Amino acid sequence: MTEQEQNLVNWLADMNEDDAFALAKKMLLEEGANPLRVLELCRNAMDIVGKRFEKGEYFLPELVLAGEMLENIGAIAKPLIKQAPGEEPKKLAKVLIGTVHGDLHDIGKNIVTFMLDINGFEVKDIGIDVPVKTFINEISAYKPDVVGLSGFLTLAFDSMKETIEAIQDAGLRDKLKIMIGGGQVDETVRNYTGADAFGTNAVDAVSLCKTWMGVAA
Amino acid sequence: MNAPASYVQTPEAKAAYDARWQRVMDCVALKQPDRMPTAFMATFWLAKYGGISYRELMYDYEKTKDIAERAMLEFEPDAPAPTMLAIATGNALEAIDYKQLQWPGHGTRDDQPYQYLDREYMKADEYDEFLFDPTGFYLQKYLPRVAGVFEGLEELPYLPGLHYFRLVASVRMFNKPRVRAALEKLMKAAETIDAWGAEHADFTQRMAAKGFPMSYIATSVSPYDMLADYFRGATGMMKDLYRNKDKLLAMLDKAATFLVRQAIASAKAFGHPVIFIPIHWAPDAFMSDAQFKTFWWPSFRKMLIGLIDGGIIPMPLWESDCTKRLETIRDIPAGKCIYWFERTDMVKAFEVLGDVVALRGNISPSLLATGKPEEVDGAVKHLVDNVYNKGGRLILDGAFGIPDETPVENVRAMFAAARKYAG
Repeated sequence: MTEQEQNLVNWLADMNEDDAFALAKKMLLEEGANPLRVLELCRNAMDIVGKRFEKGEYFLPELVLAGEMLENIGAIAKPLIKQAPGEEPKKLAKVLIGTVHGDLHDIGKNIVTFMLDINGFEVKDIGIDVPVKTFINEISAYKPDVVGLSGFLTLAFDSMKETIEAIQDAGLRDKLKIMIGGGQVDETVRNYTGADAFGTNAVDAVSLCKTWMGVAA
Repeated sequence: MNAPASYVQTPEAKAAYDARWQRVMDCVALKQPDRMPTAFMATFWLAKYGGISYRELMYDYEKTKDIAERAMLEFEPDAPAPTMLAIATGNALEAIDYKQLQWPGHGTRDDQPYQYLDREYMKADEYDEFLFDPTGFYLQKYLPRVAGVFEGLEELPYLPGLHYFRLVASVRMFNKPRVRAALEKLMKAAETIDAWGAEHADFTQRMAAKGFPMSYIATSVSPYDMLADYFRGATGMMKDLYRNKDKLLAMLDKAATFLVRQAIASAKAFGHPVIFIPIHWAPDAFMSDAQFKTFWWPSFRKMLIGLIDGGIIPMPLWESDCTKRLETIRDIPAGKCIYWFERTDMVKAFEVLGDVVALRGNISPSLLATGKPEEVDGAVKHLVDNVYNKGGRLILDGAFGIPDETPVENVRAMFAAARKYAG
């Protein structure tokens, strides 16, 4: 890695947004850097961000800012990519995620989606207040390895339970793992809903998916 | 606090009222109460209890009052919550065309609770404007964004700098069609909201006559949470910790001052010293200890001290798990506040804060909503054995009151266990 590349990784990982963005822009627009290489450096930086989050050095503000930095650089880099899309690294597994019906909260779900994405999973986010039937249709079509049910309110306990029962009734339960997450979710709720596991933050979600897919966490 | 006088309060009811109030005040003063007080804060759970829809609960004052009264008479809490202000809000929200919530009939179904819409109600580049002139920013920018009734006020003249003949001439701006329409709509909305306030006062007096003092009436918010929830939005605020650090800190410091003024005025208007302050952004998982000590705590501590100096008893509800914050939030005068904890381990909170604040909470929401009565009984016994009986000034409550889905028998179990284990 060149010194310039190392700077980009470090500045992104250290939340030095201004310098990182200016450098990425210069590399991409003035120096003709390979956009795939720049995006790879961004992913390296996001790995560091994820590890710092796991160690309790970083929290939600850093994940949110990291996501935005990645998006801003991506917006410049992606139109410059000339290679065939086949060069993209193979995804670890497919995750379908949504906030259960009756609940309109999305911040936690969005952060989990972002963290799974930067950790190599293909994630389909089907939004908030998702009816049971929509989950079933989406699971049938997308065939995810993992389904993530999100919910912040206590009403989500019953919505999660209904959704999981419907997945069972549709004959889809054995083909996938189900994780639940949200402010009020705990082991009592996991047991009540019939989910395979619960998580209280985005790192939990990544660890669960990696464990289930047999990838070193 | 004296019981209001519109309803007849029998001597027995007065004795019960005084005893309930004293129990809570003993906890605040870190004295041993005659028994462990119980609190009762239910919102949409009352619909379940009374067999009506969430929508009816928000709109039908008489039904809501009757159900809330029935619940209070059954559970006999020492510290009930002001039901009308917390739930029967449908008419008031409609009257001002409020945009920051969705509620039954307005974005959510009749059997769903109201939910807040996290949005960017103030843009990142508006800090300077808000900082320089908060009132002007409210009138011309913020209010029209959050409630339709204020639309038109953005055409008002910029008031600072108007004087002499310029002041006289500026009054013609109040004759602009959109300003006139806003003022007319506001006066009509004020009538509706005044009627709602009267229903609240009626309920408070009715319950006082039956021996129940409200545990609080006015509410407030921490400076950080105010800015995060109601202005910048959750993700906007998180980015501001890096992008707009200095302006954010200046804003938080300024907000602490105007929030204290606002809260003291509210408490005086209601004649009730306890201010309920739900806390959203303090949890361990949301920011680092250094960020908490830089961005969250200093302005809230300033606010707490201002409230205490103003004769107020602040009652923050520390939502989620704030275990790592306990040592920091200990830094306030002893015997002046009620700290209500949601998921923080109450035994740990007692160990760190037991000589500084009264405690409130915290039977688990998942247990209340999905557990069995004997498990609720066990959870109350745990708190009595490990907090109240060890000298903790505990006011028993659910983690954030009673979750909407809680089976009635679990609520009965909670109150019965309080009497069984703690007098």
